[in-house]
Parts: sequence; C-alpha cells; structure tokens
Amino acid sequence: MSNEQSHIDAATGEAHVSGEVHHHPQWSTYWKVALILLIITVGEVWAYYIPSFVASRAFVPTLLAMSALKFAIVVMFYMHLRYDHKLFRALFTGPLLVAAITLVALLFLFGQLTAHFGPR
Amino acid sequence: MSAPAAHHYTSTGLDSRKIAIWAFIGSECMLFVSLISTYLIYKGRSIVGPFPHEAWVSPSGEHFNAILNIPVTSASTFVLLMSSLFMVLALAAVQNKNVPKRTRGERILGSSKLWLWATAIAGTTFLGFQAFEFTSFVHEGLSIKTNLFGSSFFTLTGFHGAHVTAGVIWLLTLLAIDYRRGLGPNDALNVDIAALYWHFVDVVWIAIFTLVYLIK
Repeated sequence: MSNEQSHIDAATGEAHVSGEVHHHPQWSTYWKVALILLIITVGEVWAYYIPSFVASRAFVPTLLAMSALKFAIVVMFYMHLRYDHKLFRALFTGPLLVAAITLVALLFLFGQLTAHFGPR
Repeated sequence: MSAPAAHHYTSTGLDSRKIAIWAFIGSECMLFVSLISTYLIYKGRSIVGPFPHEAWVSPSGEHFNAILNIPVTSASTFVLLMSSLFMVLALAAVQNKNVPKRTRGERILGSSKLWLWATAIAGTTFLGFQAFEFTSFVHEGLSIKTNLFGSSFFTLTGFHGAHVTAGVIWLLTLLAIDYRRGLGPNDALNVDIAALYWHFVDVVWIAIFTLVYLIK
C-alpha cells in the first residue's frame, strides 16, 4: 500500500487514511473524559440514595439527562465521532434516531408514558 | 502488499471495514433498543415477585427483598467505564508505537500490551460481577421464568454480557497478535475497529445502568 493512502503521524497521534481524517485527542484528554464520566456516575448513584429526590418529578429526567450526557461523551471522544468522517456520524446517529423514536412510540402505545404525561 | 497494511478503500475514500463496523453498530443500536423497549414495557407489570426495587411477600408468607444490588452494579459500571479508558490508551499506544519513548511514563503509556491486558481484565471482571449477580438472583428466587421482570431483565443483560464476552475474545486475539509480531501503526485501524465495538458495549451499559438499575 502506498504512503499516500495511509499515514499515521506518530508525533501527534493523527491518522490520515485516504480522505478520512482523524484528529484524535491527546492522552490527557482521555484521562479528563474518564474523570468526567466517573463524576457523572457518582452523581447518578448519589441521586439514587436521596429519597426526597427519588420521590420528586425531577428524578427521572435528571438521571436520563446524566445518562445521555455520558453516552454522548463516550461516543464523541472515545469513539472519535466528533473528529471522524460525517458518514460515520450518519451511520450511527441515523439508526439511533430511528431506534429512539421507536422506543418512545412503543412506550406510548403500551401506556408506559401516558402514566407520566397523559391526562390526570 | 503485506497483510497488516492491507486497506479496503471504497469510492468514498473511506476504509470499507470502518464503514462496516459503524453500520454494524447502528444495527446493534436497534437490537438493544428493542430489548430495552421490551424491558420498559414490562416494567411494573409482574404479578409475582421478586421485584427489582420493592420487597415482596408471597401468598405463602415467604419474604423477598428488593432484588437489585446497586452497590455491586455501580462497581461493575465503574470497571466497564475504566475499560473504555484503557481501550483508548491501547489504541493511542498502537498509533504511537514508532514514537521514541524517553521517560518511564511514556513507556507505560506507549505499551499496547499493558492497555490491551487491562481492558481484557476489566471486561472479564465485569463478566464476573454479572455472573455473581445472576447466581445471587437465582438463589434469591428470580429466574428467567419467574415473572416478566425476570424474563426481560435476564434477556437484556444476558445479551449485553454476551457482547462483552465477544469483546474480550476479540481483545485476546489482538493481544495474541501483539505478542506474536507486535502491533504497529499499520494495525491501528484493526485496533480502532475493536475499540469502537468495545466502546459501543460500554455506551449500551450506560443506558442499561440508568434505565434498569437506577430508575425505580
């Protein structure tokens, strides 16, 4: 294979593969991301053990938001989707969007969401 | 063309294997969302216990505690999150294999074997936690046949565990290659593809941990 097709810049950790350009983060970024993920997880478990918060209406949305944030951080930084080609982004977010819409539709269909958002 | 350097380019200029793994991950999203949907639809509809978050007394007077063990699952979640960090460090080590390592810290960070081992061990530890959880549930009276919660819970987390198992086997094959001939920048794409799969398994667990374990 030719060097034009694939070249890894060892000094910066950037890989250039025939039109596919990654600007992978540095090691320090990976450690910071791990720390943020850890803090969010501790926050989630902490929230679980606060009875007054568990009983409040904010509990479920807060946990879902924290989980979504962790999901997005891993996908963007560890899976490099933030830096990768837009086709890869489309291949992931397209099915994920369809799946998410299907999930919400099924929950409405089986009455799991109407218990929270439906008429009282 | 030597085998490690073989790339399969498409008309987009992107490697076909990387397109394939992203398409595979997209389809896996649909699989896991269908399993999570099933779990959520059945949530709270079990007629008999044991239940995930509440204690239950059977008609015969037998007492069952809430079945989920949040401290143990939090520990296994921590282990899986750390395994993702080890995986990106393994990938970075392979990509930077040819960079001279001057300090001890650089040599540690640049050791692909170390980080691949760490990831595989963390994955195996997570599986150990899951085996412990499953056996303790069965001892406490919850099997896949007990109620709707048991059926959907074991199916969902069992599928995830099977994916982690496949990931560990994949990591061990990369380690075998690393010991045999060494992984270098030319292998970065192969390691990247394995890493994408591993991180996907991690993000699925992030969703399961919140939806199944934490939300009552």
